[in-house]
Amino acid sequence: MSTNVLFDAPGPKARVRNRVYGVLASVAILGLIAFVLHRLDVTGQFQHGLWDTYQYNDTQERIVEGLLTTLKTFAIAAALSLALGALLATGRLSDHRPVRWAATVLVEFFRAMPLLIMIFLLYAAIFTTEPMWALVIGLTLYNGSVQAEIFRSGIKALPKGQSEAAYAIGLRKTQVMTGILVPQAVRSMLPSIISQLVVTLKDTSLGFIILYEELLFVGKSFAQQQVPVGGVYPFIPMVIVFGSIYILLCLALSGIANWIERRTKRSRKGAPPAPPVPVELGNAAGAGPAA
Amino acid sequence: MNVLTDHFAEFREGFLNTVELTVLSALLALVLGTLIAAFRVSPVPALRVFGTTWVTLLRNTPLVLLFLAVTLGLPALGLKGWDSFWLAVLALGCYTSAFICEAIRSGINTVPMGQAEAARSIGMTFGQTLSQVVLPQALRTAIPPIGSLMIALTKNTAIASGFNVAELGALQKQLNGDEGYNIYVIFLWIAICYLIITFVISGLFRLLESRMAVAR
Repeated sequence: MSTNVLFDAPGPKARVRNRVYGVLASVAILGLIAFVLHRLDVTGQFQHGLWDTYQYNDTQERIVEGLLTTLKTFAIAAALSLALGALLATGRLSDHRPVRWAATVLVEFFRAMPLLIMIFLLYAAIFTTEPMWALVIGLTLYNGSVQAEIFRSGIKALPKGQSEAAYAIGLRKTQVMTGILVPQAVRSMLPSIISQLVVTLKDTSLGFIILYEELLFVGKSFAQQQVPVGGVYPFIPMVIVFGSIYILLCLALSGIANWIERRTKRSRKGAPPAPPVPVELGNAAGAGPAA
Repeated sequence: MNVLTDHFAEFREGFLNTVELTVLSALLALVLGTLIAAFRVSPVPALRVFGTTWVTLLRNTPLVLLFLAVTLGLPALGLKGWDSFWLAVLALGCYTSAFICEAIRSGINTVPMGQAEAARSIGMTFGQTLSQVVLPQALRTAIPPIGSLMIALTKNTAIASGFNVAELGALQKQLNGDEGYNIYVIFLWIAICYLIITFVISGLFRLLESRMAVAR
């Protein structure tokens, strides 16, 4: 149901009413924004000195460094989680019961665990001096399990005829998987896979809590080191600047997912079934041209 | 085993705090999420824009950053004296509301067109159509995704430990290095506590789902 069915095309009265509501809502929303801006101004968040630092090369370099650390962590975690996802999905689809069970237990366990708790454990027990690996391995275990379920549901959603036909022409299970099922499943699940990568990207900020120097941590330590201007520490400018960076990064990645989703939808719609070709059974019906 | 019996009081407190945090932020998220979903399908463009912005911003913000924004932002807005527990409820509730809104919105999309058309043809206004006819059905179909969002919310409450809320996640930090307990054992007990909560939630939602299913 498209949402515009919820209300009629507005007539003159309803148009006036909607406009009144629209004005009221706009006033309320703008009022809220104005209140926030006013309060921030009153508490001195927009003072000149608080924002100056973002003009300096030194500051920008630190931000870029934090950004690169975040992106590096994300890239490693993304690659590893996709690999682990493929491995676990293979395990869950295995013909051998013990392998299937082991994979199921791993997937269920890592999906049910709060990621932060796992990262803490890895940090406290194994990677005490290397918070990056605690973060990367934690992200990999959690997102890998989720990706495994995405892969699996993609393969399960394929029409049964695909694997039946492949087996019928004598392919082995590995060949059926790698040659027939996985390519189709990945194609149809690509939007979900990328959405999960957005989650991975967002979760790199959990490194903040184990004091790993990624973007958010850089932001906070940076704000703490600044000299307060008029008794105000530059925390709000930091949240605004670093928040925008995160939102832009995630929006870019979700944008790719949406684009792929639109494209795959269009291509499916854009390829209509070929028009039925009239089958000629020789010239028996007398329809064909005479020889 | 010792660590649980020795520190039973802390475990109980952490467990109850996690449950409380989950329940309160879930309520906030459900109310806000439904409201924002109504905004997003309303005939008033200003509300639609607000709803879309809310969802886009919150879905693409890391939860830790949101926690930071709430903890640092509210005092700057002059709203001082909030306890860290309520700040956590606010951050978790707003964050989850964006996802709830999308779950409800896709629930609305599954309600057959005839339902809204019939409601309109007997003269119901948009508000009546939505609240009496469409939303009750949409909420029922949205139960399974909302259930998984609630489980995600439970897991996200662990982040509150980084912001001075004494819930289960904080136990690991607190007990680690204390009296030389094996950290894996501590982890295991905390894990079991979370599993209890998530199992109860998924059971509850499965029950709801079977009770409330819409016959179509």
